[in-house]
Amino acid sequence: MAAVIPDHLHDHHHHGPTGLMRWITTTNHKDIGTMYMIFSFIMFLSGGVMALTIRAELFQPGLQVVQPEFFNQLTSMHGLVMVFGAIMPAFVGFANWQIPLMIGASDMAFARMNNWSFWLLPPAAILLLGSFFVPGGAMAAGWTMYAPLSVQMGMGMDMAIFAIHIMGISSIMGAINIVVTVLNMRAPGMTMMKMPLFCWTWLITAYLLIAVMPVLAGAVTMVLTDRHFGTSFFNAAGGGDPVLYQHVFWFFGHPEVYIMILPAFGIISEIIPTFARKPLFGYASMVYATASIAILSFTVWAHHMFTTGMPAVGQLFFMYATMLIAVPTGVKVFNWVATMWRGSLTFETPMLWATGFIFVFTIGGFTGLICAVAPIDIQLQDTYYVVAHFHYVLVAGSLFALFAGAYYWLPKWTGHMADERLGKIHFWCSMVFFNITFFPMHFLGLAGMPRRIPDYALQFADFNAMATIGAFGFGFSQLIFIVVLVKCVKGGEKAAARAWEGAHGLEWTVPSPAPHHTFEVPPVVK
Amino acid sequence: MAESRVNLQQPVTQIATEIYDMHTLMLVICMVIFIAVFGVMFWSVFAHRKSKGAVAAHFHENTTVEIVWTVVPVLILLGMAYPATKTVIAMKDTSNPDITIKATGYQWKWGYDYLKGEGEGVKLISNLSTPSEQLDGRQAKGDNYLLEVDQPLVVPVGKKIRILTTANDVIHAWWVPALGVKQDAIPGFIRDTWFRADKEGVFRGNCAELCGKDHGFMPIEVHVVSAEKYAAWVAEKKGAQAASADDPNKVWDLADLKVRGEKVFAANCAACHQADGKGLPPAFPPLDGSAVVQGPKIAQIDTVLKGREGTAMAAFGKQLSDTDIAAVITYTRNTWGNHTGEAIQPTEIAAAR
Amino acid sequence: MSQTYEKYFVPEPSRYPIFGSIALLLIASGAVMWLNKVGSGPWTLAIGFAVLIYMLFGWFGQVVRESEGGSYGKNVDASFRWSMGWFIFSEVMFFAAFFGALFYIRVLGLPWLADSDNSLLWPGFSAAWPSAGPLVEDPFTPMAAWGIPAINTLILLTSGATLTWAHWGMMKENRGQLKAGLFLTILLGAIFLSLQIYEYMHAYHEMNLKLTSGIYGSTFFMLTGFHGLHVTIGAIMLTVMLFRVIAGHFSKEHHFAFEATAWYWHFVDVVWLMLFVVVYWL
Ligand code: HEA
Ligand code: HEA
Ligand code: HEC
Ligand code: CUA
Ligand SMILES: [Cu+2]
Repeated sequence: MAAVIPDHLHDHHHHGPTGLMRWITTTNHKDIGTMYMIFSFIMFLSGGVMALTIRAELFQPGLQVVQPEFFNQLTSMHGLVMVFGAIMPAFVGFANWQIPLMIGASDMAFARMNNWSFWLLPPAAILLLGSFFVPGGAMAAGWTMYAPLSVQMGMGMDMAIFAIHIMGISSIMGAINIVVTVLNMRAPGMTMMKMPLFCWTWLITAYLLIAVMPVLAGAVTMVLTDRHFGTSFFNAAGGGDPVLYQHVFWFFGHPEVYIMILPAFGIISEIIPTFARKPLFGYASMVYATASIAILSFTVWAHHMFTTGMPAVGQLFFMYATMLIAVPTGVKVFNWVATMWRGSLTFETPMLWATGFIFVFTIGGFTGLICAVAPIDIQLQDTYYVVAHFHYVLVAGSLFALFAGAYYWLPKWTGHMADERLGKIHFWCSMVFFNITFFPMHFLGLAGMPRRIPDYALQFADFNAMATIGAFGFGFSQLIFIVVLVKCVKGGEKAAARAWEGAHGLEWTVPSPAPHHTFEVPPVVK
Repeated sequence: MAESRVNLQQPVTQIATEIYDMHTLMLVICMVIFIAVFGVMFWSVFAHRKSKGAVAAHFHENTTVEIVWTVVPVLILLGMAYPATKTVIAMKDTSNPDITIKATGYQWKWGYDYLKGEGEGVKLISNLSTPSEQLDGRQAKGDNYLLEVDQPLVVPVGKKIRILTTANDVIHAWWVPALGVKQDAIPGFIRDTWFRADKEGVFRGNCAELCGKDHGFMPIEVHVVSAEKYAAWVAEKKGAQAASADDPNKVWDLADLKVRGEKVFAANCAACHQADGKGLPPAFPPLDGSAVVQGPKIAQIDTVLKGREGTAMAAFGKQLSDTDIAAVITYTRNTWGNHTGEAIQPTEIAAAR
Repeated sequence: MSQTYEKYFVPEPSRYPIFGSIALLLIASGAVMWLNKVGSGPWTLAIGFAVLIYMLFGWFGQVVRESEGGSYGKNVDASFRWSMGWFIFSEVMFFAAFFGALFYIRVLGLPWLADSDNSLLWPGFSAAWPSAGPLVEDPFTPMAAWGIPAINTLILLTSGATLTWAHWGMMKENRGQLKAGLFLTILLGAIFLSLQIYEYMHAYHEMNLKLTSGIYGSTFFMLTGFHGLHVTIGAIMLTVMLFRVIAGHFSKEHHFAFEATAWYWHFVDVVWLMLFVVVYWL
């Protein structure tokens, strides 16, 4: 487990349990951040293995690798594991490591609770992944778990429901911790509008989490009682409505996708100025844009439900509101480009990922906008076009930003520079294979291939074969990252306190690797 | 398949055409913005490199530019929203249809009831007709692999067809891309949509909402035909329906029931309980050797008629006639390892309803 | 910037969180096993709760010791305030999901079920609230607002007042008033809960109103049930406060645990008012 902070780096302050107990009982934000990231990477690999199995089945028309039942289980669990197991915890891990360093705090506000937030995740993962091995197998109703299909499922569904409850508790506690840390633990002189953008985006993300995770808990609780206690929330015969589930779910679900992208925006907003050697363009408008995206995100949920048969006013309202989100997101993209403009650019690995992020994420944003137009969405809903859209924003968005951030802060975490050459190979392989995998999915979706199917009509064969090849390429490219990590932890070029020439911010004032305890006396920010 | 593989399918209704054009327009606008934005970015990637001796400027704000790039996108979006609004309103106008058809989603097939207009009274169930050998690769795949059904929906060209969707078990979605129609079928609710096909032809689609194991195997096939052909088809269907109507009081013998029941079983039950009666435990229990099937018949009649609440076992009472239910139950009770020797009569089903 | 900042409090490594995680894993697996009738769910569940209680006692006990030992300064106090506020906000959102469901059903869902198209499926169904949906097998009597629920409203409102009175006692350093106020509040909470239990029994036995009584039963019992659960939790918190007061904890300046409990109690109160209006009355 001592992957990122080797033991010899512990300064004399550190006493208390050692070995495994150290990690189980730790109250140190850096330890906890490290555990979050290791956990999320393991979950990323598990979700990735599921994705590769899905892609293997879809390599050719016909049923070759898995049966339809199991295929649906894979799709559903792939979505859940990636969203709740990989992307969200990874960002929380970044928050744990970086926020105290960036605002000059000695730790998170509630260090013990922080430990619990993390240690709730393994039980949730056990419930989720364990459900593959119970009678009836894992939940197979899609990551969205629409009723009444989810009411039909076997005990795998109950395990998923309780896993979601546990992850929800973990996220809410994590989010409260972050909010309080940012609001209450800033070093003297660190005013809100001087705070690094990563802290701002996380502050706003944390609000989103606190607001919507309980709603998801409510939604799955209703499924649970419909399943076992005879309630009729989603049963028309008893006066309920299956579409009610979708409203409650997406009231959570849409803000959720911004939960997975706002911290990514924050990371990118840290990296671009560093490697452009120029301050971030439009800091204040970045903050306002983030807040606008968050506020708007509560008013757009039913764009996932254009085909449920809402009245025209409903469709129009949700269409307009959704389209509006392009404006603040556009502001961000323009600000990044303006930051690069007339900078003094260098392209070390983090900057490559960041630039790649802007490029590919914007494609995903545009396809999102196309989905937002209700009549077009009626053709595209539940097709591979949507799959393409959200992998562009989630893989090329959230995941690429995570890699960018990892390469950027690895020197601070390990004390060594990451291997530039391998990092660049990792980037280029990922970029190329990512597009080979997901770009053809746009065509598949337009031409009419539904999602969540184990087998498809013959005219979709070529692009599916291409996507599968790309997916395996992409998957194996990620193994490069493991090599980079191991090398970086073990050794490599020593990193200076300010590991990157253009970097500013408090985290670069402490030595690399950051000592176990930092800022025990708050620094003063001018 | 002359269909495009990289774009929306060739539209055959007014709405689908509008959607097609709107998508093209959006694509062009997005492409232009994309090229403009990334043109700028790549120019600075190219020109403002440290290795080329670029020295960083210091500006980090410019209110005018920031206002411009907030307002201009708003205007562009307004331009996009205008045609979209018109189409949304047109799509929702299901008034004054020529023919009204109810499409019911079942796990995993579609049922159609012609409710109003020419053809009123026609009923059909539409099952995937691709043989399972093609799925397993034991047989070459046909041209319409997975997109073909035994009984297609037939509608006349140029007429406004209103489709009412609903479902029997979970949510399905009735989707035919070329017609520009996709509407979720929600159990217990009726939702509607409409189309008016301008061209004759065969148009294919799929169920578009995850509905369980065989979600990928419940296609939709619509035949748009001329008015004359449609009238002929209706006449033929009605004739066949009248001829096959069963006398509900007829007393059947076991062998006849078994023959009929085998067909009903293959069409309705085999998806879950499998043709060999072994099911797919634990999700779908075996009927071969099942205590319910070998036990008192009333329990089984009840299960098939009313389904099992909260499981995939649907209530077949509304879908199947008394005779069909009697036949399928008789079949299950007298095949594989089940030998009850009982012949269940349609009157017993009617009594149990 | 020559202000001096207090050294921030960072707790020592703690074993309680992992016990909390194990507890929740046991509770969740126990519940799954019980619901699906495999293995010995109830036992697993019970062990889970036992571990949870151990963890809560240990953890809160430590927090209390740290607090009374003077480890927490102004900064920690502010952190606690923010966190309790946002925690209550998350609870509000949890209730919002269920209130939203009720609102959706009454304003949109039921009228749709009864509209002209749907008469194909549910002939003759009309959307009058309360409704158990088109397939009512079991007629039930809906819960009236002006009996026990109105009395309960009064009780909870009074309990809010007694709690504030207790707080005044704290501020005046009048320990007697503080204890009496707390005791009265707990007593009122307990009466509320007893009446609620009586109401449920009445519903099940005399009114044929059950959790399974269609959407009316579902929303009624889930909303009032989760509220009742929160009253229970609040009452337990108040009881802990009473014991701490008796043990001489808290001072005029330093009593956030008490205040947090009061916030929580008022939140539960407000939820009840909403319930009274939209579930019982309208
Ligand atoms: C990180 C996650 C993420 C992000 C950031 C987004 C961003 C957006 N998404 Fe996406 N979305 C998902 C994750 C995400 N989405 C997921 C997971 C699903 C599927 C869920 C499921 O069903 O399983 C989904 C599905 C989804 C749908 C439903 C599709 C369907 O099922 O039918 C829609 C429809 O409106 C949509 C729209 C949008 C829009 C408008 C944005 C906008 O925020 C994008 C804004 C960005 C830009 C527009 C680009 C940059 C802007 C400029 C350069 C400015 C100039 C531009 C113009 C003026 C045009 N998304
Ligand atoms: C949040 C993030 C996220 C991420 C990162 C991904 C990553 C990937 N996704 Fe995922 N996807 C979703 C979120 C995500 N997805 C969601 C929400 C859905 C919807 C689910 C639903 O419909 O309900 C979905 C659905 C989805 C589908 C549609 C399934 C269907 O509709 O039936 C497909 C199909 O191609 C797919 C593919 C992929 C691929 C190839 C990757 C690749 O990026 C994965 C890369 C691969 C690896 C990382 C593997 C690396 C490991 C190895 C090579 C082996 C080494 C092994 C060990 C060391 C043990 N995804
Ligand atoms: C969509 C899937 C599906 C279809 C189609 C289906 N069933 Fe079932 N059936 C089930 C499931 C699931 C169960 C188990 C229900 C339970 O757990 O109580 C079941 C249970 C049964 C049982 C009780 C078996 C036992 O041992 O408890 C009988 C009898 C039965 N089905 C007969 C039929 C017949 C006859 C048909 C066709 C007319 C049919 N089923 C079609 C899913 C299906
Ligand atoms: Cu029916 Cu999917
Ligand atoms: Cu969305």
